[in-house]
Amino acid sequence: MLKRNKLTPYLYLLPAFAFLLLVYIPIFQNIWDSLYEWSTFSPDKVFVGIDNYVHLFKDPVFYQALKNNILYAVISIIFQVGGGLIVAAVLEDKLIRKFSPFFRTVYFLPVVVSMTVIALLFTFFYNPEVGLLNQVLKMIGLDSLAKPWLGDSNTAIYAVIAVSQWQSIGYIAMLYVVAIQKISPELYEAAEIDGANKFKMFFHITVPQTKEMTFVAVILTLTGAFTVFNEPYILTGGGPGTSSEVLSTYLYKTAFSKDMMGYASSIATVILIITLLISLVQMKAFKTGKEDA
Amino acid sequence: MQMPKTNVTLPNVVNTATKERKKKRYTGVTIVYVGLIVYFIVIAYPLLWMIISSFKSTDEIFTHSWSMPHTWLIENYVTAWKSGISSYFLNSVIVTSASCFLTVLVSALGAYGLSRFEFQGKAFVLIICLGGLMLSPQVSLIPLYSIIQKLGIYNTHLALILPYVAYRIPLTILLIRAYFLSIPKELEEAARLDGCTSFGILFRIFIPMSTPILLTTTILTAYYTWNEFMFAIIFIDDDSLRTIPAGLMQFRDALQTDWGVLLAGLTISAAPIVMLFLFMQKYFIRGIANGSVK
Repeated sequence: MLKRNKLTPYLYLLPAFAFLLLVYIPIFQNIWDSLYEWSTFSPDKVFVGIDNYVHLFKDPVFYQALKNNILYAVISIIFQVGGGLIVAAVLEDKLIRKFSPFFRTVYFLPVVVSMTVIALLFTFFYNPEVGLLNQVLKMIGLDSLAKPWLGDSNTAIYAVIAVSQWQSIGYIAMLYVVAIQKISPELYEAAEIDGANKFKMFFHITVPQTKEMTFVAVILTLTGAFTVFNEPYILTGGGPGTSSEVLSTYLYKTAFSKDMMGYASSIATVILIITLLISLVQMKAFKTGKEDA
Repeated sequence: MQMPKTNVTLPNVVNTATKERKKKRYTGVTIVYVGLIVYFIVIAYPLLWMIISSFKSTDEIFTHSWSMPHTWLIENYVTAWKSGISSYFLNSVIVTSASCFLTVLVSALGAYGLSRFEFQGKAFVLIICLGGLMLSPQVSLIPLYSIIQKLGIYNTHLALILPYVAYRIPLTILLIRAYFLSIPKELEEAARLDGCTSFGILFRIFIPMSTPILLTTTILTAYYTWNEFMFAIIFIDDDSLRTIPAGLMQFRDALQTDWGVLLAGLTISAAPIVMLFLFMQKYFIRGIANGSVK
């Protein structure tokens, strides 16, 4: 180890730390800001204590947004984690392996295309008059189901969530592909000799052997679901009404349309608490995992 | 789609049991292939539709949504490029390359400090880096907005570059550090005997030896920066300075009725990062897989 100058390691880390101030200072600043009532245009901040929070916990839009985030989380876990695992297991099956690089590449493509592009593209598919989705429904004789998907307060949030699933299943599937490739092939060979079929192998080998990745995938999806912004913002702007509002879009509107910065900061604090709780669970689980090993 | 060949050589006497099993297996394989292809269509068709329709006139998109363009309108691309995309594109190139360069450079320096020295507070520094992974940008949005205004960089490229670098540093440091830790100590000891400074060791030995991880982290940063949306719409107000994701919103509002041009704009915006992915798949996937587990 190098020892000549005690300052040297700190000098190497200094630039990174300077940047990290931009990550850490705002976290504390935000909590502080949430105790005030202020706007970008008024120079004075008025101290209001926990009033913003009291107000927030009585705010029906806040609950609507939180509910939508929870809905996002539940649906995303089912489709992304469950669906991703199945897709990966199929792609890694011996019988498919020859074609699997091709499928893998295509399934992953939506992940690299930005959500802005995807969301704008889906506004075409959801278009009530000429959108492809309603056209397909009419083609297969389900005219009655055709509706303005994004403009109907009953379906808007589901239409938004669907786009996220479309984009992200490939991402989680790819993580599972990496995890499945690490499973020893002997396990499958032994099971095959014992006459186990694919379903049994999936449930008795693939699922337990990728347990850790499942955990990672659940954490990723949960965090994603509670911080989602682009999809609802671009597709519906949180509407119609507040039917597809999520915490982030509500935060954005409160801050930058209504200019209620203090109140918006309190919404940000709630997002901070939720994501920190998820991270704590993750850290705890990984620590215990290591102790077991 | 062709059936995969079975590698079972048939015994002289084929009994009904194996026949039965083979039949079952074929049905199973068929179902799996049908599933894969249906999912393939669900994923690939919308993207293909975007490209195909970007060559159509708006009328044709409405009336013949499913067919190939009657005549291929390259003009859509020219119009899209001229009506804003070119400037958004340039801004994205500037912001992305500056962010990648700064992120990887600053992270490599930090990773070197963390992997090759013993010093007080090392554990704390690691925790700070790890902690950065858990914080989502939304939480910092409002204070960051104020900070950027106070720094006088609101409405400049720096308003995006600085936060992007800050948010990418934790992951990038951790990935590069893990790689640096695997470089044998003997190399640096030999260099030190030859009179190389620690700075020289970093740039002459560590950085050249770490090309794969530096490439991976550069690609991950490029991916994040090229696609980032929230900061991009809030920290820049001037249309001529917008990056692609934010610019596209402007573009949509301006071109509500010109679907063909809008779709051409979307295609141009997605192209660079898709190309990067297709050429650098290995590094992309490796980075995403490593990044998720850490």
